[in-house]
This record gives sequence, C-alpha cells and structure tokens, in this order.
Amino acid sequence: MSHALGVSRPRGLEALPEGHWLQRIDPRTRIVAAMAYAFLLVACRDLRVLGIGLGIGVGLMLAARLPLGPTLRRTLGVDLFIVMLLLLLPFTTPGQVWFQWGPLTATWDGLWRGVEIGLKAAGVILMLLVLVGTMDATRLGHGLHRLGVAPKLIHLLLFTVRYMGVLRREFLRLRQAMRARGFVPRSDLHTWTSYGYLFGMLLVRSLERSERVLDAMRCRGFDGRFHLLDSLRLGQADWAFGTVFAAGLILLGGLEWAGG
Amino acid sequence: MSALFELQGIGFGYDPQRPVLSGVDFRLEPGERVALIGPNGAGKTTLLHLMVGLRSPQAGLIAAFGRVRRREADFREVRQRAGLLFQDSDDQLFSPTVAEDVAFGPLNLGLDRVAALERVRVTLERLGLTGFGPRVTHTLSGGEKRLVALATVLAMEPEVLLLDEPTNGLDRDAAARLFAILDGLPQAMVVISHDHLFLERLTRRAVHLERGGGRD
Repeated sequence: MSHALGVSRPRGLEALPEGHWLQRIDPRTRIVAAMAYAFLLVACRDLRVLGIGLGIGVGLMLAARLPLGPTLRRTLGVDLFIVMLLLLLPFTTPGQVWFQWGPLTATWDGLWRGVEIGLKAAGVILMLLVLVGTMDATRLGHGLHRLGVAPKLIHLLLFTVRYMGVLRREFLRLRQAMRARGFVPRSDLHTWTSYGYLFGMLLVRSLERSERVLDAMRCRGFDGRFHLLDSLRLGQADWAFGTVFAAGLILLGGLEWAGG
Repeated sequence: MSALFELQGIGFGYDPQRPVLSGVDFRLEPGERVALIGPNGAGKTTLLHLMVGLRSPQAGLIAAFGRVRRREADFREVRQRAGLLFQDSDDQLFSPTVAEDVAFGPLNLGLDRVAALERVRVTLERLGLTGFGPRVTHTLSGGEKRLVALATVLAMEPEVLLLDEPTNGLDRDAAARLFAILDGLPQAMVVISHDHLFLERLTRRAVHLERGGGRD
C-alpha cells in the first residue's frame, strides 16, 4: 500500500552532465534524429534490418556510456505493455503451424510478427531514451520551441517540470505530518478517507499556488505572451553527428529496400 | 512633492462578515522606508496586494504616483513602477532559467532581446549574482531564490519596492546579504517582516495594522 504512494524516483537515468559529448549536440539535432529513426524503423519489416536498427540504438547507448541496467530496464518496461500482444499474436495470426496446444494453434507467421513489433518498440524507445531522455527538460523545451512546436504545449511542459518538485515537497510535508500523528496505511476506510483528504488538500494548494504564480506574473506585466531565451546554435558537432546518423539511416533503408 | 502612494479609508474582506481591513489610511512619500507590522491576519500582505491592484478594495480610494487607480488598466502602470517581492520565491520564479525569469519583466515592458539580456546582466551583477543566468531556477538554494526573485523585480527598474517577508526562511548569512543589498537601494520601500532587528535597521517609520484598522 505504501508502495502505491511510493515517492522514490527511478534512479540512474538523469540528464547527462554538461560537457558530455552528447550534450554538445543541439537538442534539435537529437530530437529530429530520434524522430527520423522512429519513422524509419516503424516502416521496416525485415527482421535482420530491425535487428541492425536496434543494434544502432545499443551502440549509441554504449557510446554515450549510459548506465546499462536502468536504461535496458526502462526499455523493457515499455515493452511490457505489448507483451500481451506478443503472447497472443502467434495464436491469432493465420499461417504455417508452429505447434498445437489443446484447442489452440500457434503459427510461425504470428511469432515473427510479434518479434518484429517487439524489435521496433525496443529500438524506438531505446533511441528516445539515449537521444532525448538524456537532456534536461529546459533544453528539451527550448529545442521543441525552435522546432516550431505549439508554445502552449511547451509552456505546459516547462511549468510541469518547474512545479513538480514544489508539489512533491508539499506532498512529502503533508504525508510526514500524517505519519507524525501515527498514520499507518491499511486497507480500511480510514486509510482511503485520509488519502482522499491528502490528495484533495494537494489539489487545493496547487490551485492556490497557481493563483499566486499568476499574480506574480501580472506584477511583472504579463500579457499572455511568453518569451523564451535560449542560446541554441548548430555547430560542427551537429553536422558530424547528423551526417553519421543520416548515413546509418540510409544504410538501414537501403538494406530493407534491397532485401524486400 | 506628492506622495507615491496614498490610500484612504480602505476596506477589504474575503468574508463580508469579517473584514480584514477597514478604514485603513496609508501614505508613502518618495525615498521613505516604512515597516508594516501587525499580528497574523491583520492584512499586511493584503494591503500590498491592494496597492498593486491584485485585489480590489471594497471601500476607499487608492492613489498611486499622483493618480487615482481603480481599474485593472490603471494598475498596469503601477505594477511597473512598484515592484512586489512575494513571500514565497517559488511563486515568483516560474521560468526554466534565471536569465529568462529576470528577462520576463523587461520583455513584457517591450524591450528587445538584446536590451533585455543587457538588463539581466547588469541586474545580476548588481546583486552579486554574476554567472547565474543559465542556472535552472528550481535547483537554487532558498537564499539564492530570494535574491533572484529580487533581481526579477529590480530588472523592471521600479520606483517603489513592496517587500513581503523578505528574510522569511533565510539563514543569518543570507539575511545579512539581503539587508546589505536592500540598504544600498535608492527606492522607497514598504517592508513586512516579523524580524524586528531587520526592520529597525532598514526602516525609519512603522505602521501598525491591527485587525481591521491602521495606525502610525
């Protein structure tokens, strides 16, 4: 139960330090590269090509020296969502019989289809984690802004990031106050009522805080427009990375096209 | 010379049965530093918010910089000329980076990017925060947050500073540093604080707010 409200954050995957070679590459280059990779991989059907594609992701992960355990765990974590699909596909796809289990018939076609989807998902997630997941939200927001993403979405992202920590502290304070008065979560009505109050109070406080933030913004002449100041510049590192990455993608596409 | 702020017979309450302020008169002269003191719930913060039009009084008149102010449009100009420092700096600092937060006001005033960034540089330098520009606001310490919040206010180049518990939550060193900065500023100030020593050193005059009334 206390687990459901656990406050531990996933360890090991955080923004890379300044000066890391990946951080010298502009957020825009990284976002566009990850998107291009995702579109290409989704379009590919050849398992060997998909395998090589995933290999590129793993290679980049190793080159960036990301912590292996947390990165792979998170990639697989997302894949768990489609594990049901992978288990069911052999039994629901018609084709050459693989084996029979009671009234159920599994097919090779279904199996390969499942593997194909699994490889695609793993590749795309891994690439996003390596290229986009390693930058802090500020950089991501600036990059998206320069790429022409709707300002409202970016401000939503930046405000969320800014006030997540503040809300988390508020939540921790409230929970501590509950504990200090002997609160132990159980599966009874008292526990649920108390959690209800806790989240209700959190909502009220968030609303009040948002009003104070707006007040503070009005005090500085806020008129509905935001101004983002960034210092993003495309440099040599971007051209180098972009060229190598594009070459890799063209190779992948070529293999797929030649093989199919 | 005319007063910067002149409040007459101000009445305000969130609940009409129990007014927070009633019949409050208050005057702020150019160059003056005034302490606003009183028990919790006496309406000190509310009074500052009324002065810049974040709330509207239910009774009385507010004149600022020589003109009576009633509507939201009237207060736009007041907010540029009177900077309010909030009790909780987390309310004030909402931008991803320090530079963006400090530039927010100047950009709203219509400065272009280059001029705004120059204003940011000068303001940060004056507060001993050189190099803080690219820092991410929510990773700053409490003392740093308060100074950056002050920078966001000063970057608008206000004529009056309204400070709501400026030393709240600061350790002694941070409070001393803030005092040194504030003491060196030319602006007229209205200061709310429970730190009597801080008020005695910073201000010349004190206004007592009781529940429902104001007296010198």
